[in-house]
Amino acid sequence: MARIFSESLDRSVSEFAVPYPLRWKSRVCALVGLCGLLLLVVIFATTRGSASIPFATCLNALLSRLPFLHIASSCSEIFSMIVLDIRLPRILLAGLVGAALSVAGATYQGLFRNPLADPYLLGVASGAGLGATVAFLVPFALSWMRFGAIPLFAFVGGMGAVAIVYSVAHVGKTLPATTLILAGVALAAFLSSVTSYLMTTCNEELHGIVFWLLGGLSLTKWPEVWIVFPCVIIGIAVIYFYARPLNVMQLGEEQAQQLGINVEKVKLILLSAATLITSAAVCFTGLIGFVGIIVPHAVRLIWGPDHRFLLPLSALVGAIFLILADTLAHTLLQPTEIPVGVITAFCGAPFFLYLLRKRKGFASF
Amino acid sequence: MVELKGVSLGYDSKAVLSNINLKVISGKILGIIGPNGSGKSTLIKGISRLVNLFSGRILVSGQDIRNIKREGLACLIATVPQNPILPEAFTAFEVVLMGRTPHLGLLRYEGEKDATIAWEAMNATKTQFLAERRIGELSGGERQRLVIARALTQQPKVLLLDEPTANLDIRHKIEALELVRSLCSERDLIVITALHDLNLAAQYCDWLVMLNEGQIYTEGIPQDVLTVDNIKKIYGARVCVYPHPINKLPTTLITAGGSHVQKGGNGKSQMRNTAQSTKAQNLRWPECEGFV
Repeated sequence: MARIFSESLDRSVSEFAVPYPLRWKSRVCALVGLCGLLLLVVIFATTRGSASIPFATCLNALLSRLPFLHIASSCSEIFSMIVLDIRLPRILLAGLVGAALSVAGATYQGLFRNPLADPYLLGVASGAGLGATVAFLVPFALSWMRFGAIPLFAFVGGMGAVAIVYSVAHVGKTLPATTLILAGVALAAFLSSVTSYLMTTCNEELHGIVFWLLGGLSLTKWPEVWIVFPCVIIGIAVIYFYARPLNVMQLGEEQAQQLGINVEKVKLILLSAATLITSAAVCFTGLIGFVGIIVPHAVRLIWGPDHRFLLPLSALVGAIFLILADTLAHTLLQPTEIPVGVITAFCGAPFFLYLLRKRKGFASF
Repeated sequence: MVELKGVSLGYDSKAVLSNINLKVISGKILGIIGPNGSGKSTLIKGISRLVNLFSGRILVSGQDIRNIKREGLACLIATVPQNPILPEAFTAFEVVLMGRTPHLGLLRYEGEKDATIAWEAMNATKTQFLAERRIGELSGGERQRLVIARALTQQPKVLLLDEPTANLDIRHKIEALELVRSLCSERDLIVITALHDLNLAAQYCDWLVMLNEGQIYTEGIPQDVLTVDNIKKIYGARVCVYPHPINKLPTTLITAGGSHVQKGGNGKSQMRNTAQSTKAQNLRWPECEGFV
């Protein structure tokens, strides 16, 4: 990956020829390569788990389900069920959540031109956390489409928190970024304190709440995937639509306006879409940290700051990263499961420090 | 042509500028001078519709700017801000290419035509050799030229500059303004620039507007506007103004100790020396006239 990066720096431009076609080749190659890698990682991850299933069997089980191919399934019913109904949904959800958090992180970082921004900056995490905690504590059984109350409450909590932050921070028709961030931090502190208080008042639900707050994918079934999939794909598509305005916004809001960008509209659309995919991602899996802040930075350091590549590359890298981290989380200390957030930080942070060290003094924004 | 008719501009509900009437034609440079806080930047921002227009009308080629969409306005008017924020990790060419934004739709990528326009703008500003460098590695003068290149890439009819020479050394000041002047006449642009440096304003502007407390105090050719009396009254600074030895344009001189005041006009210098500035007695200005 580092080699691709140095190539993109060394490209030289002749003094007289127009530099066209634009030099995007290495990044397009990276996109295609990462798509292939994602596919490989998904297949690899299906072979990992408590029952050992050989690679060929997994591949066969997966291919037999592809439409139009008519490959006869030669593996046993039980293996096929483990691969397709237990492992695959978990892997796909991990990929979707990783992609959603990474794209949301890249969007927030770009919008606020702040390297410390992450998907939880505006209170999604604390809102969802409070929602989930309340759902654990409600005495009556609520359910929505076979899911318990937890995902619904978490989703509403996450979206609601950002809506409150937005309504507090906007001044007339404008939305000052600093006010928005500060309102987010303040509301997050308030909601976390309520969550903490609620946790001290309960006994038997405490374990469940803590487990949810740490985040994990262990209970994933297909219905979860089918709910999260459209939200994340639509959200990412909307954000990608605004990749060029996001580039121009790196010049600051004033210059962006002078270049014809309707800054307030772009901010509102991007904030809504990023909040939607973050809430959708966390409502089933709990608060998985670290992915959303580090993946976009790593992608920026390797492939540069252009959002038209940063966003899709972040989605792919985030998906691959979280699938691998989740695979490690549930296979490393079998049968105990390590919270996936522990793995993401433990493996991702050293790699990121290495990147920082290697590109020392190199602005990534 | 840019026309301002009875314009009042300001932030939120407070008007900073009131009752401004101006007319600028293409191929000429209009300089806006005035002390800090007199509304120079606000006027520049007002014409690019960044601040509220309370009353009056701003017309660009006969069109009221309130009736033009943001993209359309950015195709007409390009701005070089006072302290432009530039993302350090982007390459110079990428930043110049951003000037094509108003001409492209949301999902259209830059084509060969856009790259050619950007490349030609970098040629005009002599920045082609920087194309592959990252903004973070560039000096202040280089960044300034890139921002001008980006403005040209917008292919505007009007070029607004807010203190284009702030933070530049003397050579880069001259280069930046020479560039603006040659672009102005070659491309028949309407150029409106706010300037602090009165000597630069006198040398490079065809018409000067002197603002004071949100109103036009006076306007005219540099010789009429930059007088000792006007500068003393508006800036509260006592300076000497002499005709430039080569081109006779008014040249503002300051003296340490600050008590030289030119009396009378028309370039015939009469100095009143005080006891503090004894050295000045030996340096008599008219000797320079030998150069002419």
